[in-house]
Amino acid sequence: MKWGQPLSLTLLVFSTTLAKPGVKNIVLVEGVRTPFLLSGTTYADLMPHDLARAALQGLLHKTSLPKDAVDYIIYGTVIQEVKTSNVAREASLGAGFSDKIPSHTVTMACISSNVAMTTGVGLITAGQCDTIVAGGVEFMSDVPIRHSRKMRKTMLALNRAKTLGQRLSLIGSIRMAHLTPELPAVAEFSTAETMGHSADRLAAAFGVTRLEQDEFALRSHTLAKQAQDAGLLSDVISFKVPGRDTVAKDNGIRPSSMEQLAKLKPAFIKPHGTVTAANSSFLTDGASAVLIMSEEKALAMGYKPKAYLRDFVFVSQDPKDQLLLGPAYGTPKVLARAGLTMDDIDVFEFHEAFAGQIMANLKALDSDWFAQTYMGRKVKVGAPAMEKFNLWGGSLSLGHPFGATGCRLVTTVAHRLLKEGGQYGLVAACAAGGQGHAMVIEAYPQ
Amino acid sequence: MFSYISCRTFSVAPAMSARTHVNYEVKEDVAVIRMNDPTSKVNTLSVQMQNEMIEVFNEVLANDAVQSAVLISSKPGCFIAGADINMIQACNTSEEVTKLSQEGQKMFARIENSPKPIVAAINGPCLGGGLEFAIACQYRVATKSKKTVLGTPEVMLGLLPGAGGTQRLPKMVGIPGAFDMMLTGRNIRADKAKKMGLVHQLVDPLGPGLKSPEERTIEYLEEVAIQCAKGIVNKKISLTKEKGMMQKVQDYVMGIEFVRQQIYKTVTAKVMKMSKGLYPAPLKIIESVKAGLEQGPDSGYLAEAQNFGKLAMTSESNALIGLYHGQVACKKNRFGVPERPVKNLAILGAGLMGAGIAQVTVDKGIHTVLKDTTVEGLSRGQQQVYKGLNDKTKKKTITSFERDFTLASLTGQLDYSGFEKADMVIEAVFEDLNIKHRVIKEVEAVIPPHCIFATNTSALPIKDIAAASIRPEKVIGMHYFSPVDKMQLLEIITTDKTSKDTTASAVAVGLKQGKVIIVVGDGPGFYTTRCLAPMLAEAVRLLQEGVDPKKLDALTTGFGFPVGAATLADEVGIDVAAHVAEDLGKAFGSRFGGGNVEVLKTMVEKGFKGRKSGKGCYVYTPGLKSKDVNPDIEDVLGKYKLTPNPLVSSDSDVQYRLVSRFVNEAVMCLQEGILNGPVEGDIGAVFGLGFPPCLGGPFRFVDTFGANKLVEKMKRYEEVYGNHFTPCQLLLDHAKDSSKRFHK
Repeated sequence: MKWGQPLSLTLLVFSTTLAKPGVKNIVLVEGVRTPFLLSGTTYADLMPHDLARAALQGLLHKTSLPKDAVDYIIYGTVIQEVKTSNVAREASLGAGFSDKIPSHTVTMACISSNVAMTTGVGLITAGQCDTIVAGGVEFMSDVPIRHSRKMRKTMLALNRAKTLGQRLSLIGSIRMAHLTPELPAVAEFSTAETMGHSADRLAAAFGVTRLEQDEFALRSHTLAKQAQDAGLLSDVISFKVPGRDTVAKDNGIRPSSMEQLAKLKPAFIKPHGTVTAANSSFLTDGASAVLIMSEEKALAMGYKPKAYLRDFVFVSQDPKDQLLLGPAYGTPKVLARAGLTMDDIDVFEFHEAFAGQIMANLKALDSDWFAQTYMGRKVKVGAPAMEKFNLWGGSLSLGHPFGATGCRLVTTVAHRLLKEGGQYGLVAACAAGGQGHAMVIEAYPQ
Repeated sequence: MFSYISCRTFSVAPAMSARTHVNYEVKEDVAVIRMNDPTSKVNTLSVQMQNEMIEVFNEVLANDAVQSAVLISSKPGCFIAGADINMIQACNTSEEVTKLSQEGQKMFARIENSPKPIVAAINGPCLGGGLEFAIACQYRVATKSKKTVLGTPEVMLGLLPGAGGTQRLPKMVGIPGAFDMMLTGRNIRADKAKKMGLVHQLVDPLGPGLKSPEERTIEYLEEVAIQCAKGIVNKKISLTKEKGMMQKVQDYVMGIEFVRQQIYKTVTAKVMKMSKGLYPAPLKIIESVKAGLEQGPDSGYLAEAQNFGKLAMTSESNALIGLYHGQVACKKNRFGVPERPVKNLAILGAGLMGAGIAQVTVDKGIHTVLKDTTVEGLSRGQQQVYKGLNDKTKKKTITSFERDFTLASLTGQLDYSGFEKADMVIEAVFEDLNIKHRVIKEVEAVIPPHCIFATNTSALPIKDIAAASIRPEKVIGMHYFSPVDKMQLLEIITTDKTSKDTTASAVAVGLKQGKVIIVVGDGPGFYTTRCLAPMLAEAVRLLQEGVDPKKLDALTTGFGFPVGAATLADEVGIDVAAHVAEDLGKAFGSRFGGGNVEVLKTMVEKGFKGRKSGKGCYVYTPGLKSKDVNPDIEDVLGKYKLTPNPLVSSDSDVQYRLVSRFVNEAVMCLQEGILNGPVEGDIGAVFGLGFPPCLGGPFRFVDTFGANKLVEKMKRYEEVYGNHFTPCQLLLDHAKDSSKRFHK
């Protein structure tokens, strides 16, 4: 079933299985990340590009890549520091890359670094580049808090005021209301609903219970702890934070007990909601980076690639009621593109925004009714087997720096394929705006 | 037998008797009582519903396995829309209605005193008797759905909340809040209801999951309500809510008798000012609330029941209920489903009307083109649409995103590009036959063959406009009323060439725009303008006879018109009035005489075109609500001064001179077949022209007042003024035979 006619022909030509004729093979050479820390902890005094610099330097160090060997650098981020709005450029300069390497920043909520990677894939496929560094960074310890619109308007007018009289009258017009600050909201612009609130409704829509969510959260933390203790999280680099200690580990992994989890009150929908602080991902600081190359180039430079980056899709749907269903929509679509079924996948890495969101997506994938009613499919693709699913923890436990998570997912799939064996891995993630991403990753023959 | 309820309802159904409206199942120790009227789209508290409810309630009380109960509707979009009006209409005496009310009171008293707590789980409308039921329950949970509204609309039917509402509401939401609800009858959205203390907990509507959003949302509501019911039983949820500081202060203030008396006084004065004493219901509501608060619950409930009985027998209530039924009838498309739904609508002319039509269309999922001939005209129109939507954003009925998203369906342009995709064109250009002819030719050159050409005119006969068309079967009149977003009526005019599908399509568009629709035959002034013209002619004559505009307004509003005759002329525009008077005068001859058209023409010449020009009968100062009589119209009126005849110039005669001409013309429209029936006639007059709602429209007025009495008055006026007051044949027929009635 799974091998279509054209694919079996390509088998004869290429040594790999999902390769397409006339399309370059693109490989993941290496992936690293800074430790993911709860915001407001050790990274508190840094700036976003500092974290990104750390990830880039880590990548340079790990790969011994010459600083001028990269064609292009792309970074993803969500909440932008206004001083470094093109954080990719500031970070690459600061990390010591050649100033001749152009770099740009992309944003697509929680799948921003996925976009950074796929942009790189596009540049290689188009023959524009051979070597790309992609990454993502998020820094929630400091976010831009603005003056109110009224105050901003007054201040800008003050800039243009010519006489003392004009200035004094403008200053005199400032009222208490002017001083109320404007905080960046983790709410959808189009619906004004916070993500947690939407996640709680989504969980309820799919009948996900509080117990199921707490169990999944506990699973995530437990597996993350095991992976951390076993040294499996080899993408994490040590980072000497200026003025502070060296950090080498994620600090949000906290396996607890079901009793402890059950004590928490709902965080968004009160009093009957099911999403709590403990079964949601937390605000995180962190950065990631990957080195992506055409297979030829990688081999020519003497690298041993870790995995092939294969088919990927971006999906989007209603930002109100289907805000976090990206994986449910993306998974069947990318499998169809690659000509694979759920059973062919050996390693699943789904972004865990909320335990309730993950459970809802799994239920959606396992529902014929949902597949028929909302995805225009005849049958469901089925839910991933849990023994292949997020085995080294996930965003709930490791942390979720919005812009950086995508690269972590892809690197983890590559590392798990190497460790666990198996040929195919699948990455899927949801993002604000009702969007989503899924990518098939293939093990590189060892 | 129970096919209307999904089978899950009957997983455990201890009471599978022959009940069709109410049933229950026990989930753990909670009885889930489900309502569903299988004969209707909405639940009403009909006799059957009430009887079954009592039966179920008794079983629930007797069932030892049950600790608490949840009351919920199985209908996705409706809790209880109210009591069954037919129950009241079936009564012949006020005593019968009082008894009905007392039965309701008794039932809800039992609910209120139930030893097992009952949680009302509300999704969709919870109105009238439904709300009274809900507030008798111990706890209320409601969905935040836009469909969920709570309210006591009885006052709009000339009634009062007669099943304990006037007694429970003041205690629940405070005296001012209760008066506001009961006297305005307005709908309250769930989030507001929570703030007022009307509901305890809110539940968010859910999106797609493993079931349809509607189905799952009710299920979720039920789950949450069950949790609440259990919480009340095991004392996790307290029913005596802790009072905040504000609440304590408010309670203290309301505890002072003097303050309460002041409130009754203020509210009564306000009601009298608004209703001119023409509507008995608001006063009875105040009376019932007062009886309960000042003399105790026994007197309160008795006053409520007795007042309810009295109100049900009033002609005002009868008229308002008639309008309610008429409105329901005029919200249906009796011409069937059009062959092609209108998806692209183009509007010509971005003036007040054109932009208004665009505003009520663009938010209904119809792509709307607004075309004008000048950039200035167009941007004024676009701004009007934007402002209309932005006002909604400010009131928080829509989000700024919804506003922008809606506006994305509006295209403003100066040319005919894209008209080849239009399914319907509504022209709202200047009221001039030559211009209309030019426009229709231009448009027909660019639109596809199936496209309908609708013309928004208030007086030009449609067949005259259609004369320039190469496909008159696609031409129809759509007469909107200004301001389009506020006025509910749409008068659709068909010529004998208009095809049925064209009519069906126009009605479908109008219904989408949220309009109440009457479909009338073609003729000068159609129905509404034709009725208004003689009344305005009479108003001008009265001005000429020396009646001051303020006095004229006071007399008309005193009769029940929401807007006085002089103000109405200013609102319509003196130039428009002059235009119409002249056109219709030509068409109908001397019968339409009365006031001298020259009065209006002279006013127009002097620039007194009404509100739009700042001066008309009154002077309008921007930003000022009060207005003074235009001192300069004295000169104009002086020039055309008439001597009043004291025999027909008493205040009452002035009122009947105005009204009888209106009513006679309406009846003549029915006689001539312009109107399809008296129901549409009443709806058109009330919703389009502000005919007193307490009278129920011209036809109901004739029935109630008596055709013979009206004819008698008209004959008296006829002697003085001639054929302006000659009653039409149909009216004479009704006067001769008192058994003839327009409404059965």
